[in-house]
Amino acid sequence: MAKYLLLKHYRGAPAPVNDVPMDRWTPDEVTAHVQYMQDFIRRAEATGEFVESQALLPQGTFVRSDGAGPPVTDGPFAETKDLIAGWIVIDVETYERALELAADLSAAPGAGGKPIHEWLELRPFMAEMPTVTE
Amino acid sequence: MNVRELVPAVIGVLVRRGADFASAEDAVQEALIKALQADEPPRDPMAWLIAAAWRKFLDAARAESSRRGRELAVETEPPAGPVSSADDSLWLYFLCAHPSLSPGSAVALTLRAVGGLTTRQIAAAYLVPEATMAQRISRAKRQLAGLPLDRPGDPATVLRVLYLVFNEGYGGDVDLAAEAIRLTRQLARATGEPEVAGLLALMLLHHARRASRLGPGGRLVPLAEQDRSRWDTALIAEGVAILQAALARDRLGEYQAQAAIAALHADAQSAEETDWVQIVEWYGELLTLTGSPVVRLNRAVAVGEADGPRAGLKELAEVDPGLPRYAAVRAHLLERAGDREQAAELYAEAARAATSVPEREHLTRQAARMRTPDRPAGAADRTQEECPG
Repeated sequence: MAKYLLLKHYRGAPAPVNDVPMDRWTPDEVTAHVQYMQDFIRRAEATGEFVESQALLPQGTFVRSDGAGPPVTDGPFAETKDLIAGWIVIDVETYERALELAADLSAAPGAGGKPIHEWLELRPFMAEMPTVTE
Repeated sequence: MNVRELVPAVIGVLVRRGADFASAEDAVQEALIKALQADEPPRDPMAWLIAAAWRKFLDAARAESSRRGRELAVETEPPAGPVSSADDSLWLYFLCAHPSLSPGSAVALTLRAVGGLTTRQIAAAYLVPEATMAQRISRAKRQLAGLPLDRPGDPATVLRVLYLVFNEGYGGDVDLAAEAIRLTRQLARATGEPEVAGLLALMLLHHARRASRLGPGGRLVPLAEQDRSRWDTALIAEGVAILQAALARDRLGEYQAQAAIAALHADAQSAEETDWVQIVEWYGELLTLTGSPVVRLNRAVAVGEADGPRAGLKELAEVDPGLPRYAAVRAHLLERAGDREQAAELYAEAARAATSVPEREHLTRQAARMRTPDRPAGAADRTQEECPG
């Protein structure tokens, strides 16, 4: 099995096919979208492939140490290029299966009840070092 | 009786036999895990747990003493500990909520030593690894080790810890809200403080509405739209009775005032029958007691219901716009005043700032509703629960 991160972006991903911001949908369309996401997770649980899922707030700040003094911060930035909205971690047998699940998630319905065809970023996890190496 | 309910009493026995709190608590936790893993429950769980915990404690102390190469004093004639059996659990409440502990540590320690939950269960409830939670608990105990613990603590810190546990919600296999109610009930029996009763009433009144708070798919259902036939009338009756007895003692505090507001909501057969005038008065009391800006914000909502949205917006002008949920409250009042365009903007803004997924989805749906033409405005969604949080 291999773990993959499915990254959802607020900003920074190529524009989806059905590109209407969520607060311009009808309430029923919002409900249908939410339901689709929950069903996706339930299905991935049922197939033994779901690991975890988290959503992030849009606010973010860069931080670094400045030696002895208090931490130095930069931001939050109103318009960063890339803004992650959340993720789902899956644990699957093959790369192809990971693509299949990502495509499935990307087809969540949006405005007009039509699939958003949103771009999701798929990132493989580093694996545990194998016990048997030769 | 559930084995874990015996935990505080058994810790008390070990401490009276001369064990220090940290070691006693560890020993009881180990014995508890053993008891939970056993195929058959012991016939006398109390005696079994004391014996097993004392054995664990001696083993640990012996290992410690041989490590240090000195004699084990406790085994022969332990000195009497600081507590008597009557106030075992009360003493533990104060100890675990000690003001020197951070709220997160106090919550974890209370759930383990007073609630008798295992580290694994607490970790699962707070979504952190078990090792992390174990460290949090042992750090908390190390912090308590050097402190003089003979004086009774401040009840307010205990209540704050129990309130936090209750508010952590309903996730995991442990029902934290029900656990908070159990612990508060036990504390109310032991103290007779009106504020403890007030907190218990507040919890019962909110718990009574639990089944109707979320709709299909975890969708948030605002108070005004909840199916009131699903409210637990027995819990409401109990909460109201406890609150009335507490108020009669004429020592008002913030939990009693919050419970009074919850009771007025519970009392209304429909959202339209809510006695908003009295709720505004209680928010006034609460504001005098706490001075909290969040209370001021919630009071603006209540004024909006009692005297109309324009009056609510006027109240809101006195509130700091930087507060969480300010935008959602303003959006709601503007919607009721008929300004759907600005309400939509503010609902969308509130959705972007929401700190939980159900809240964000609810607010997004509100913005969408404002922007969807040809929809009856009959189902007046409310963004606001009455609890000032």
